[in-house]
Amino acid sequence: MVTVTTITAEKTWQILSTVCDPEIPVLSVLDMGIIRDVKINADETEIIITPTYSGCPAMDMIAMNIRLALSEHGYKKIKITSVLSPAWTTDWMSEAGKQKLKDYGIAPPNTRSDDPSDPVIECPRCHSPNTKCLSEFGSTACKALYQCNDCKEPFDYFKCH
Amino acid sequence: MNNSLINYTLHLADTTLILAQQNAAWCGHGPVLEQDIAITNISLDLLGQSRNFYQYAALLINQSTPSERMLLSLPGNKPINPTDEDQLAYLRKEREFKNLLLVEQPNGDWGQTILRQYLFSQYQYLLFEKLQFSKDEQLAAIAVKSLKETKYHVRWSSEWVIRLGDGTEESKIRIGKAVEELWRYTGEMFVSTKYEVQCATDGTGIDCSLIKDEWMQKIQFVLEEATLPIPAKAFMQSGGKEGIHTEHLGYILTELQYLQRAYPNATW
Repeated sequence: MVTVTTITAEKTWQILSTVCDPEIPVLSVLDMGIIRDVKINADETEIIITPTYSGCPAMDMIAMNIRLALSEHGYKKIKITSVLSPAWTTDWMSEAGKQKLKDYGIAPPNTRSDDPSDPVIECPRCHSPNTKCLSEFGSTACKALYQCNDCKEPFDYFKCH
Repeated sequence: MNNSLINYTLHLADTTLILAQQNAAWCGHGPVLEQDIAITNISLDLLGQSRNFYQYAALLINQSTPSERMLLSLPGNKPINPTDEDQLAYLRKEREFKNLLLVEQPNGDWGQTILRQYLFSQYQYLLFEKLQFSKDEQLAAIAVKSLKETKYHVRWSSEWVIRLGDGTEESKIRIGKAVEELWRYTGEMFVSTKYEVQCATDGTGIDCSLIKDEWMQKIQFVLEEATLPIPAKAFMQSGGKEGIHTEHLGYILTELQYLQRAYPNATW
């Protein structure tokens, strides 16, 4: 147990950058863009989070992991508040996060504004744009299943949301 | 506190919960793996939406005065006990559920499940498109959040209606039967109950009759693409939104609520 003498927003954000998404462990909760705010009140630290999809089952675990990480750094009173508005979008995912996804083998989401109805998804393995959608739904609510026509690798695409 | 708003929120919660429960029964039984995953993902989205609505309904109920609470038909309705999303989902009785009749209709075959999803998702999309401007901030927030998911459900289910209708002889017969079976339950989606009228009047809810024409146009377009006949005007069944259900809901709740009924307050 490490004890923090003074709790600052900066320290808190730094600790949050070490909390990972349980489904996609290469991404931190900051990369995902689900931390909306950190508020340091007198003796309480409040973390404002927003869910990716309404039914995302990882949210409870993410909240628990945030609590654990902060507790390990000596935080005593932690409040986690979930807000729905403004609604989460993949545009909030960091560029570093998108690169980490690609390296992990998941095609990152396109930017919403330039996402046509039939988007071109690049294969994260061989970088070919010649890919096809196998299924609109993948292993989690946030992903669709694609396959590369060139290297034949099937892969997850993090849906633009 | 406004009992109409509570009833309206429960209606939205119940409808999404029951369809989530129905779709979840496909888990491990889908025609192919990808579509098994798709229908259960849709189930998960709907369950998430219903949780958001139930949590909000619980908040509204807990804020109401004891005498107002007694007017609501709720489980363990003692004014001092706060309620929560679990009690609202697991301990209310059949007559207290306000879901649409459409969503409690049996899964049937894949065609019937697909058609039920499409008829509902198209309606939900148009409804939430308006509800996102509700004067009630939380209902508006849930609608905005859900819209992105619903848009995807509409696309997926409409493509399947077309594939089955304009598919093989067998698939066409089956989805045609589904249209005959389910059409009579679509009418009540556009007829307001008292609590909907009240919410539409104060700007928190939607006058559902306003989305009927657009819904019909969208449905006709997809059915034509699917080379399926547009159903003629027919008798429409109603009552779900006011707690009068078909015989199917009781069986659904029996399964859905079994654990909490048999082992009250069980958690894991």
